Amino acid sequence: MPLLEIENLTVEFATVNGRFKAVDEVSLTCDRGEILAIVGESGSGKSVSMLALMGLLPWTAKVTADRMSFDGTDLRGLSGRQRRRIVGKNMAMIFQEPMSSLNPCFTVGFQIGEALKVHLGLDRAERRKRTIELLDLVGIPAPEARLKAFPHQLSGGMSQRVMIAMALACKPKLLIADEPTTALDVTIQAQILDLLVDLQREQGMALVLITHDMGVVAETAERVQVQYAGQKVEEQPVAGLFDDPHHPYTAALLAALPERATSRRLPSIPGVVPGQFDRPSGCLFSPRCRYTTERCRERVPHRQGAMAGFALCHYPLVQGRPIGHPAPNRIANAAEEPA
Amino acid sequence: MLAFLLRRVLLLIPTFIGVTLAAFFFIRLLPGDPILLLAGERGITPERYAELATRLGFDRPLYEQYFAYLGNLLSGDLGVSFSTKRPVWDEFFTLFPATLELSLAAIIFAVVLGIPAGVIAAVKRGKAPDHLVMSTALVGYSMPIFWWALLLIIVFSGWLQWTPVSGRISLLYFFPPVTGFMLIDSLISGQRGAFNSAVQHLILPTIVLGTIPLAVIARQTRSAMLEVLGEDYIRTARAKGLSPLRVVGGHALRNALIPVITTIGLQVGVLLAGAILTETIFSWPGIGKWMIDSISRRDYQAVQGGLVMIAIVVMIVNLTVDLLYGLINPRIRHRR
Ligand SMILES: Nc1ncnc2c1ncn2[C@@H]1O[C@H](COP(=O)(O)OP(=O)(O)O)[C@@H](O)[C@H]1O
Ligand code: SF4
Ligand SMILES: [Mg+2]
Repeated sequence: MPLLEIENLTVEFATVNGRFKAVDEVSLTCDRGEILAIVGESGSGKSVSMLALMGLLPWTAKVTADRMSFDGTDLRGLSGRQRRRIVGKNMAMIFQEPMSSLNPCFTVGFQIGEALKVHLGLDRAERRKRTIELLDLVGIPAPEARLKAFPHQLSGGMSQRVMIAMALACKPKLLIADEPTTALDVTIQAQILDLLVDLQREQGMALVLITHDMGVVAETAERVQVQYAGQKVEEQPVAGLFDDPHHPYTAALLAALPERATSRRLPSIPGVVPGQFDRPSGCLFSPRCRYTTERCRERVPHRQGAMAGFALCHYPLVQGRPIGHPAPNRIANAAEEPA
Repeated sequence: MLAFLLRRVLLLIPTFIGVTLAAFFFIRLLPGDPILLLAGERGITPERYAELATRLGFDRPLYEQYFAYLGNLLSGDLGVSFSTKRPVWDEFFTLFPATLELSLAAIIFAVVLGIPAGVIAAVKRGKAPDHLVMSTALVGYSMPIFWWALLLIIVFSGWLQWTPVSGRISLLYFFPPVTGFMLIDSLISGQRGAFNSAVQHLILPTIVLGTIPLAVIARQTRSAMLEVLGEDYIRTARAKGLSPLRVVGGHALRNALIPVITTIGLQVGVLLAGAILTETIFSWPGIGKWMIDSISRRDYQAVQGGLVMIAIVVMIVNLTVDLLYGLINPRIRHRR
């Protein structure tokens, strides 16, 4: 049985302009000790789906799922108190903005110790000892001196290390890292990523790594799930995904990787993820897809099988060719030099 | 932090000079001659008038009088009140504890009710408790002090007969002032019922004086909490699995208090202004009532001295607030 199993998770926000489906029937599993990457551009519902799992969404969010179980516990319908026994203990999360994610009024030592106190009931001396251990574990030099530091005295990279130490305090079985390096300097990004992967191995925990960076995926993950506009559009082991992407969106993300670029300009997918007001009918990717047909615009695609990476597409790609497409050759030629 | 405080202290100098100027000219701009007022209905002979004017220095040009006043102030001399013939300094310290007691009671009342009310309103944003707190605060804020005091007196003193209407303690009790705080002195005196009487006398003036600060603090707490509750670190606190009490009462409130403390500090000025009216309504023998009486007697020395002392108190409070602000906000504490 996988550690984490989510089936058809849907999150709807009540906004002043009506309801908005930020996550649309997303399914996801993660085994013990596995690294799962969730990729997709900004606005794809990556954060919202994981916040829903953690129970951290505001009250305007309505969360439904056919299944949402963690370590054998059904998370749906848990009371706040029951959920708080899991969240922060067995399931922890770190965020994109480490600097603003730490409370400016409390010391590093206090903020890490809090989880130890609440979940493990450690006394002051034990907390201090364990906190020093944790700071050491995440590679913070002179951990004892850091206990009394306030967040504004730390750099972004240091703050993220502290966040990681805090998340690992109770030896969680699952760590969710939501774009943990996006806000950091490029040189620091690699360090933090390496740290996460090392810790994941050492501690044997599962890691859900949210990112919009395919490069990060290639370096770290075992399995990848691609999300677009709130939907899961493809899922594959990392090698397969890079060799043979089945969804046109995945293919476009890969084509946009700097090292795969043929021209000097950094390529990117034209257009943006549709928000609340510009959701197209039919396939949500159709306004930006190279292979769009009438059928794509009119009919919502079905999910393909495992062979085609569970792609949510009418014409899943196989070795770069859209299967069942009415005019594959014309597209393939056009593909050489995208507009 | 030290530099921060030093800057604050230096800023007080121009403020202080401004206050002396205002106090000096304000009372002189009011029509009415102090010597004639002092003489009252008996009148005064021109010779005696001239003699008094010379003795009080009124015959000298204004700017000379001002510099004499400033010079005396700097050497710690507030002069002697015309009307009571007592040193202004003594008058002030005899009456100040009464005002301080009332103001402290009012600010404690405002803080103890205002902060929880603001927190509840923020947590229950848009729901019934929020509307209740916000509309009550609006009413409290816009209610004229005089009218509000009368209303309370009619209800609690008139109909219900729960509270007395004037003074600090019932005339049945007498004991020498030790601290000047009636609550403490009445306890020290050991007289039965004295403390209760002092408390009863304090209740209505406290509510009247504390209402506006209460409304302001509740509103400020609510808006500060709303802002803080949306911060990333609140999400982190919840992600740790902390209880709502710890998240709201610990992580959020601690940050929200930073602007609230500034507001409380600013309310001290408002409070002293309100004390003047409140003390007059409730015949509370404090600085406020003394100032009103002195102004009506054109007691130049008392008004000049009293206003400056009040200003000094406000400055001290504001400095204390700045210090407190630094203590609660590590970003300021570590600033060089
Ligand atoms: N509290 C909220 N209320 C309304 N809409 C929201 C809220 N939080 C996120 N959204 C919307 O949900 C969509 C998905 O957001 P998010 O999960 O943050 O994307 P990602 O993490 O993939 O960049 C976005 O369109 C965003 O505007
Ligand atoms: S369904 Fe059509 S538009 Fe959508 S991704 Fe597939 S080919 Fe592109
Ligand atoms: Mg995100």
